[in-house]
Amino acid sequence: MLSLKTAKAAGDFDHYPDSMGVLVDVNRCVGCRSCEAACNKEQGLPEPEKPFNDYSVFDEGHEGGGHGGVGRRTDETRYTVVNKYEVPEIDHPLYRKSQCNHCLEPACLTSCFVNAYTKTPEGAVIYNPDVCVGCRTCMIACPFYVPAFKYSSAFSPRVMKCIFCYDTRLKEGRPPACVEACPQEAMTFGKRFDLLEIGRKRIRQHPDKYVNHIYGEKEAGGTAWMYLSPVEFGEVGFDVHVPHEPVINFVRDFLSIVPMVLVIWPALFAGFHLLANRKDAQHNHDDIDREGGE
Amino acid sequence: MPLRKKWCMMWGIAAGVVLLWAGQGRAIDRSDAPETVTIGLLAELYDPVEFNHTAHIEMVECSDCHHHTVGTVTKRWNCIKCHDNPQEGDTVGCSDCHPLDRFGSRYLATLDNPELYHKEKPGLKGAFHLNCVGCHQEQGGPTGCEDCHTMNETGEKRFNAGPYTPAR
Ligand code: SF4
Ligand code: SF4
Repeated sequence: MLSLKTAKAAGDFDHYPDSMGVLVDVNRCVGCRSCEAACNKEQGLPEPEKPFNDYSVFDEGHEGGGHGGVGRRTDETRYTVVNKYEVPEIDHPLYRKSQCNHCLEPACLTSCFVNAYTKTPEGAVIYNPDVCVGCRTCMIACPFYVPAFKYSSAFSPRVMKCIFCYDTRLKEGRPPACVEACPQEAMTFGKRFDLLEIGRKRIRQHPDKYVNHIYGEKEAGGTAWMYLSPVEFGEVGFDVHVPHEPVINFVRDFLSIVPMVLVIWPALFAGFHLLANRKDAQHNHDDIDREGGE
Repeated sequence: MPLRKKWCMMWGIAAGVVLLWAGQGRAIDRSDAPETVTIGLLAELYDPVEFNHTAHIEMVECSDCHHHTVGTVTKRWNCIKCHDNPQEGDTVGCSDCHPLDRFGSRYLATLDNPELYHKEKPGLKGAFHLNCVGCHQEQGGPTGCEDCHTMNETGEKRFNAGPYTPAR
């Protein structure tokens, strides 16, 4: 029942042909953090630890050095972060902004048992805090580690993640606050369909400046926020192992197992119990044998 | 801020960056160019920038910033394909072509025109920064935000800077 319903809802997403997206160009970003500051104010997030024009934050999260350090991550206090990357082939640092990618078939949504998430026709993945039970399944399901939680009381868990400025801007046709704040136009806001065209054109016209890939065109089944980069995406902190298939396809398989597991759970449990006892019995037996052998 | 007031401000700013020359002849004479241009585009967060136009004229070609609009040929191969014999435009200000509200729905709707070639034209803020910062990076000019922009109080609030720095 549950799996059928979820699968149907997920299948409807590509019927939003005019949905909006953002194309982030790593070539253009200068790491000014104006986007972080704008997001913090727009979303009424807590005061940051350091001012937004303090660039020492770029050293955070790289402890351990090399590519082991992932930089800063988005969390319940910051829906977007910019990280800095030094790459051998370019003589200046690169910067990359990250936030929820607003997947076309969001794993957070499909994994949610109470349907707290919605993918809006405009392209945003939003959530309803009133129905969320705080189970954190979405947190595990998201291939980009985006959803975070705030527990103001034990009974009111709240998902905290970028909502594409849906209620204050996107639904009125305005770009999100970060896009508007960016001096470099590192983010291009537009119809996802047009953004793909723009991305391909930039790659075609400047083959020396871009790798031939738009991250998010296919990743996780396609995302509304996509990226262009001058170097291989793995070098600027992207997970290049995110499958191109929407995560729903795996979730669907998993969900179809859930009812089955519930049905056979008593039998399974009895089985585990027997096995464990047998093992214990075996143990005792071994001990006796060993003692006997000495 | 009420929408009307905001619009007035935006247009005021736009008007501020429009450079009008009543130039004669094919290409605008450098001596007709203004000495400084006040750019108040980010006035909400930073004091207006007094752009030293004269100093920049000494360093770069007109077409490096004004493309084909001042009657000089640009060096970009992709532009020359059409703009190989440029005439001086009526107005040569950045805001005459680069939209202030690049991602507003009104401007985005104009991009649906299938005949439109210049679909990727940056907005005014993007045009300034991409051109200025790009050249400054190459030529070793200043590139820090506050090298050119002095933050005002609203800016300090936005960035949690100055007197609004978080207490730790
Ligand atoms: S990036 Fe994660 S949180 Fe955002 S829509 Fe995709 S799965 Fe959901
Ligand atoms: S505002 Fe733009 S240039 Fe500045 S850090 Fe954010 S994405 Fe990069």
